[in-house]
Amino acid sequence: MKYKSDLKYSAVTSEANYLNRRALMGGLVGGAVGSGLLGARSVSAQDMPDFEIQGFDTTETPNTFEEITTYNNFYEFGTGKEDPAKNAHTLTTDPWAVQIDGLVDNPGSYDLADILSKVDIDERIYRFRCVEAWSMVIPWNGFELNQLLALAGVQSSAKYVRFETLFRPEEMPGQKRALLDWPYVEGLRLDEAMHPLTIMATGLYGKELPNQNGAPLRLVVPWKYGFKSIKSIVKITLTDTQPLNTWKSINAREYGFYSNVNPEVSHPRWTQSSERRIGGGLFAKRLQTIKFNGYEEQVADLYKGLDLTKNY
Amino acid sequence: MTAQNTFSHLKQTIAQKVNSVLRPLPAWPIYIIALLPPVWMFWSAVNGTLGVDPVKSLEHEMGELGLQVLVAVLAISPLRRFTGISLIKFRRALGIVGFVYIFLHLLIWLILDVQIVSQILTDIIKRPYITIGMAAFVLMIPLFVTSNNLSVRKLGPKWRSLHKLTYPAVILGAVHYVWLVKGWQTEPLVYLAIVLGLLALRFKPKKRSAPQ
Repeated sequence: MKYKSDLKYSAVTSEANYLNRRALMGGLVGGAVGSGLLGARSVSAQDMPDFEIQGFDTTETPNTFEEITTYNNFYEFGTGKEDPAKNAHTLTTDPWAVQIDGLVDNPGSYDLADILSKVDIDERIYRFRCVEAWSMVIPWNGFELNQLLALAGVQSSAKYVRFETLFRPEEMPGQKRALLDWPYVEGLRLDEAMHPLTIMATGLYGKELPNQNGAPLRLVVPWKYGFKSIKSIVKITLTDTQPLNTWKSINAREYGFYSNVNPEVSHPRWTQSSERRIGGGLFAKRLQTIKFNGYEEQVADLYKGLDLTKNY
Repeated sequence: MTAQNTFSHLKQTIAQKVNSVLRPLPAWPIYIIALLPPVWMFWSAVNGTLGVDPVKSLEHEMGELGLQVLVAVLAISPLRRFTGISLIKFRRALGIVGFVYIFLHLLIWLILDVQIVSQILTDIIKRPYITIGMAAFVLMIPLFVTSNNLSVRKLGPKWRSLHKLTYPAVILGAVHYVWLVKGWQTEPLVYLAIVLGLLALRFKPKKRSAPQ
């Protein structure tokens, strides 16, 4: 489909092209959802999530601001879900710079304010699926990662993007213990990083991104398990080798590099065939998990010929 | 009199005082008091004051509370051995409460969390931390069933051996907690260390030098 691989990163800097592509995709995806997608999803009507992806947005009702900001996995601020909301206020997010290096034409330290003046901030209502089998719908504000990569000038030898979270134990108390091998690292294949669904979020609900959600700059890759969407990014490296992401380095049997949402690939720890939507209360029914978290139309082509059970 | 003798004399006096206060107290109020936390938690969960994910909160808090009670059960015999304070008469009630809490934890997981029968079975078989959690629960069933005077009389010396199943059950429960969290988190490891410590105390020689 138009959504994906024929998209060149040279094309994304121009706003005209960007808008053009959006319009094109809106039409394509809308049509696809209307015809094929819904039919394919008629397994069990009862606990199927009821949604369409229109353009970039899901039609589902977003979770509340409170839900999104008090239920977080951000081990830099503690392992409890409420810990980040309690502890993340200590983080200084201004000034903030992102080091971009590796296989780029313009390596260096990019000031966040400077980056924000050169990109288009957009609202994206994305489905969010954690590997722990809970999910949310989140109205992010952010810009497509491909815009930032275009600023840095990705060299043709680059195949992967490696991201690093801030390491500042005096402000991130969780980092004082060696629970993970700090700083947190994540990675994407370049075509995943260039995909228009992949954004760098800077806000939610039109407000500045709260610290516990990864302020001031975090990745959001809606078709992958949440831990791929690395928070509070300070370093981006373009490489030709697959980066070793933190959770994979801890337990490669449980966490892979790709970590695409996939109900067909069982996880040793949590069932991935269904999920609990946060906000449904005590008696909410589980929802069926959708392959690529509902973004199959948009991203399945990225993985053509790739054995997803081996490359989980 | 040596310092050591003074100490053990003092210890004995305190233990006797505490025991004489405890002796007239019945064990049954434990059951009444034990009802309060689950009722309160469930009420909070229904009313949305247990956070944005009441299912997990309820499930985790019930499991943790069950583990805490079972740790207390394990602490009773070392407490008597090293301090002379005897809570043995409350132990059965606490054991039953611990079992019921773990049963509630299991029910919350079955009914409110996983919900789907086929998925429940898959989870129990395929996910080791759930397998051992279930094993711990199954080990406790005969203990719950025989926690009454009639069983004690009928089983005789076998009752004591049977109830040593508490040890593997609580170890498995603590390992279940360590395993279910992501990474090596402190809290579950602390529980496991306490459980192993309390069990280790049972194998120590009776005579110990007094602490300085």
